[in-house]
Amino acid sequence: MTTTTGQAQHTIRRVLDEKRDMPGALLPILHDIQDALGHVPPEAVADIAEALNLSRAEVHGVMSYYHHFRSEAPKGAVVQVCRAEACQACGSEALWEHASKQAKGQNVTLESVYCLGLCATAPSMSINDKPYARVSTARFDHLLAQLKEAA
Amino acid sequence: MNTTAIKIYVPRDSAALALGADEVAAVIALQARQRGIGIELVRNSSRGMFWLEPLVEVATPLGRVAYGPVQPEDVESLFEARFQTGGAHPLHLGLTEKIAYLQKQERLTFARMGITDPLSLDDYQAHEGYAGLRQALALKPTEVVQQVLDSGLRGRGGAAFPAGIKWKTVAAAQAEQKYVVCNADEGDSGTFSDRMTMEGDPFMLIEGMTIAAMATGATRGYIYVRSEYPHAIAALNEAIKKATHAGFLGDSVLGSGRAFHLEVRKGAGSYVCGEETAMLESIEGKRGVVRAKPPIPALSGLFGKPTVINNVITFASVPIILARGAAFYANYGMGRSKGTLPIQIAGNVKHGGLVEKAFGVTLRELMYDYGGGTASGRPIKAVQVGGPLGAYVPEAHWDLPMDYEGWTAVGATVGHGGIVIHDDTAELSKLARYAMEFCVIESCGKCTPCRIGSTRGVEVIDRITRAKPQDGTQPQQVKLLRELCDTMVNGSLCAMGGMTPFPVLSALNHYPQDFGITVPDRKAA
Repeated sequence: MTTTTGQAQHTIRRVLDEKRDMPGALLPILHDIQDALGHVPPEAVADIAEALNLSRAEVHGVMSYYHHFRSEAPKGAVVQVCRAEACQACGSEALWEHASKQAKGQNVTLESVYCLGLCATAPSMSINDKPYARVSTARFDHLLAQLKEAA
Repeated sequence: MNTTAIKIYVPRDSAALALGADEVAAVIALQARQRGIGIELVRNSSRGMFWLEPLVEVATPLGRVAYGPVQPEDVESLFEARFQTGGAHPLHLGLTEKIAYLQKQERLTFARMGITDPLSLDDYQAHEGYAGLRQALALKPTEVVQQVLDSGLRGRGGAAFPAGIKWKTVAAAQAEQKYVVCNADEGDSGTFSDRMTMEGDPFMLIEGMTIAAMATGATRGYIYVRSEYPHAIAALNEAIKKATHAGFLGDSVLGSGRAFHLEVRKGAGSYVCGEETAMLESIEGKRGVVRAKPPIPALSGLFGKPTVINNVITFASVPIILARGAAFYANYGMGRSKGTLPIQIAGNVKHGGLVEKAFGVTLRELMYDYGGGTASGRPIKAVQVGGPLGAYVPEAHWDLPMDYEGWTAVGATVGHGGIVIHDDTAELSKLARYAMEFCVIESCGKCTPCRIGSTRGVEVIDRITRAKPQDGTQPQQVKLLRELCDTMVNGSLCAMGGMTPFPVLSALNHYPQDFGITVPDRKAA
């Protein structure tokens, strides 16, 4: 735990105290830590394992199994472009290619997502969990520019 | 709020938000203030006509009048046109209830959708909410189970297993602790009825789960919601808080002396956690790896205890069954497919949205009469029904009434009722490849046919599509793909590997030209 900052350590401790006695506490704990810190620092694994009486391998195994959990802080805003079938039917692959080019060198983390449940208004995406539907390449550029402005 | 205030409705469903509903609501509130017009802004759920979102409605003496799709810049002209009294405007759609798309539906489960404020318990109860639970509490648990059995309700998540039989098994099991778990891991592309329910009518789901608890003796419940649905999670948490506060949940449900505690658990981006045993593992805090069955979860489920597991729409269908009786519900539908199904029309479609119909409706009706054809205006080429694991249904079957048995007989799956439409620019070989690729990404890794078969599937499809006629290798590769699919179908532990071949083989069988196949191959039966 030596490399995590005091603030992060405090957060991890608080979450563990709050949730360790819950049945099936591991996912709620990982979620809370990631929600607070933006990621789950690898240094937290040992503390979580100890609190839940699990091995570090078990905690790491769970963390790495789920796509949602990240062990490194995301760069800037998290932009998720849906690439599942309904969005594919409305040109999401072209949008993805465009987004990949536009996001290069920008302060954003671009990710694929497989369904945001906005399948009747495809293609869709989200920026930090805020949903956007019927996203054209022009609308993507506009949203990216807004992000830049806000930064 | 002054009593003469005009009620204006702006939906809060994610799809409406994704099209700017929050911004529209903000501008309406601002302009009303500036103009000195007293309004009461209600953030309702969505009617499910997504091409019209944000759909703004105004309460008038004649009924609710709709305007849509409304953008923030339209609001000024709407006020100029006196939309607050139902005035004429280019976006004017008339009385909402008279819109053909809605009028032709049979909304039982989605009866309140778009009408009520999702988080108002008063609104919910004013629209038949909690009538089912009150009825259930007046009955013996076995009578409640019998109602569900008699209604013919089958699991709406995809497997279509009779809900009443699961409930009966759990009710009969002896255990200190039993659970009710809602599978809200709606990961199938083209489906959003669970999301709409959780965001738009969360008390209905809570009521359905509470009835299940009362019927089976469970005292704890979990709703496992995917992390991609943050608005659904927030709405459910808020609704659970309100229901608990009002005595609909807690140590003594409606003073019955019977406890039911409910909690939301958030998934973490794993598609296979929609498989019930993987979901249980996930709730228990483990990797979402599929369990071998037996034991069945009804006897040994969450934390090894008897557990009722149903999908969101299954639980959500229960309150009306109890409130109006099993016969009322069973009167809808056909054959062994009783009741209604909230169908989701998605993908490349002009009028995408939620259509709740009794079983028996055809794909052609859904795609053309409701959907209005493609959004691109091009011909429909392919339609995938039942999510990423559902088959591409060829035109020959578009007039087949929707019914679990009838569809299974022709290799189609009703699944969770999601329909994804593709126009003639779609390449089915690419979609087949994607199906295998998706299985590579999402396989839990426990069984070999799924874990390794999917990777080999991508490779074989690539070899088929890249083969040149003069090579002469294509027929052999096609044969290999069919054998691989056979192994996956018969050798996988769960539907992930077991059904991935459905879209692949249906694409291969019905659109061989997309794979560059000119010589007809030996078709699988």
